[in-house]
Amino acid sequence: MTVNYMDTKKAPGSHGINLESLGRSRSDVAFEDEDITLTVDNLDLFYGEKQALYDVSMSIPRQKVTAFIGPSGCGKSTLLRCFNRMNDLVDTCRVEGKISLDGDNIYERGVDVATLRRRVGMVFQKPNPFPKSIYENVAYGLRIQGINKKRVLDEVVERSLRGAALWDEVKDRLHDNALGMSGGQQQRLVIARTIAVEPEVLLLDEPASALDPISTLKIEELIYELKDKYTIVIVTHNMQQAARVSDYTAFMYMGKLIEFDNTDTLFTNPGNKQTEDYITGRYG
Amino acid sequence: MKDKDLHAHHISQQFNSELDDIKTRMLEMGGLVEKQVADSINAFMSLDSGIAEEVKRGDQLVNALESAIDEECTIILARRQPTASDLRMVLSISKALSDLERMGDEATKVADAAMKLGELGGLPRSVLEIRHIGDHVLTMVRNALDAFARFDSEMALKVAEEDSAVDMEYGTAMRSLVTYMMEDPRSISSVLQVLWALRSLERVGDHARNIAEHVIYLVKGADVRHADIEEMAATVQELPDR
Repeated sequence: MTVNYMDTKKAPGSHGINLESLGRSRSDVAFEDEDITLTVDNLDLFYGEKQALYDVSMSIPRQKVTAFIGPSGCGKSTLLRCFNRMNDLVDTCRVEGKISLDGDNIYERGVDVATLRRRVGMVFQKPNPFPKSIYENVAYGLRIQGINKKRVLDEVVERSLRGAALWDEVKDRLHDNALGMSGGQQQRLVIARTIAVEPEVLLLDEPASALDPISTLKIEELIYELKDKYTIVIVTHNMQQAARVSDYTAFMYMGKLIEFDNTDTLFTNPGNKQTEDYITGRYG
Repeated sequence: MKDKDLHAHHISQQFNSELDDIKTRMLEMGGLVEKQVADSINAFMSLDSGIAEEVKRGDQLVNALESAIDEECTIILARRQPTASDLRMVLSISKALSDLERMGDEATKVADAAMKLGELGGLPRSVLEIRHIGDHVLTMVRNALDAFARFDSEMALKVAEEDSAVDMEYGTAMRSLVTYMMEDPRSISSVLQVLWALRSLERVGDHARNIAEHVIYLVKGADVRHADIEEMAATVQELPDR
């Protein structure tokens, strides 16, 4: 694995001139200066006999967007699902190694998985709103926590829908059935439902792959806005999407983390031949 | 050295041929520009206004090629969204096109100076500096294009090194021509034509160096514009080919 956290700001011959003011710098903060939300240490994952992840170690920086790219079956979704222990739902799945959220191992005995999943929310490829009203979809997470005060719910629903850039489109029909919305709106509703419980981390598994280009751009715009508050990890098949939305990109191949670097570097000057072949379309 | 056929391994055959096409056409344009510069030097040495006229006509083709190939680059960027070495390839080609076009402009300036000098009745003194510096920058142009064709960053580094030598020769020639003008003020208008031509040839060398820098960016992924020769050499020697 090539990890290249080199400071890319200083160009040769820059003579100490502050280049920041001349244009967009490659990354705002060097990786070493990032505050880390999630740490993966030597993670191996098995589905029965078959090993799906090999010795993955990485750090996910706080309030940044980290994208996982790689061919089908490379383990990127599997790794994503480790972050809120969705893999627990697969009987044959066995995890070795450690994942820490804010320093605490989430695979420790006694960790309350429901609490973990509230802190680490997840949005899937296919929008999956409940067959209820828009309002009830967003309020759902609070209701199961026993919060039923209308004033509180109203406020959270509005704030979450605004946060998901959906409020203006639905504010006059909050009590219509969510299934009557377009796919793009449904996906933003699911994001609103996820952020209603104020998670720290948002896991997005191909969040825009079932959407048209305009809805896709809206989701991407939303991701950009959400990273002010949340740590975002996104799995995508669409490399241009990873290039557009993420701050850091991890390339995975055959269950291994091949290269992890800031997105600008990875897409202009990758350090690894396999990464280069994949992002330039020579993989195959 | 980089695999010559590196850009021929895409899943998309169409993309392969598009990249190959802009590179080949840029190098063809480079060959034409090289000939323009060589012809302009010959026009100057022989004070042949016929060759000079041809050089000026030829520049229109150079300009047209720049626009046409650059448009292809734009289309590739829009349609293929190239990344990594492909992206650097398209960007380097696009930048090399500008440098080649500017070299073409400098060749017409040499041709202009040749025609003016002819009208002034030539020089009472040999103009070996033109031949000497001219040959030197022609070699640089040829090597820069070869380096591009072969993804050869070491040859590109040599081109950059040569540029410093040309700059020194230019300074020496300048001093000797100034002395000449002081000794024989009646020759000033003629000698000025030699100075303009030399100035243009020196600029051709600068553009060859720019192309060499694009080659290093293409092969190593490092920006060496505005770097001095030592930094450039360190980049070429220390960074792996990407």
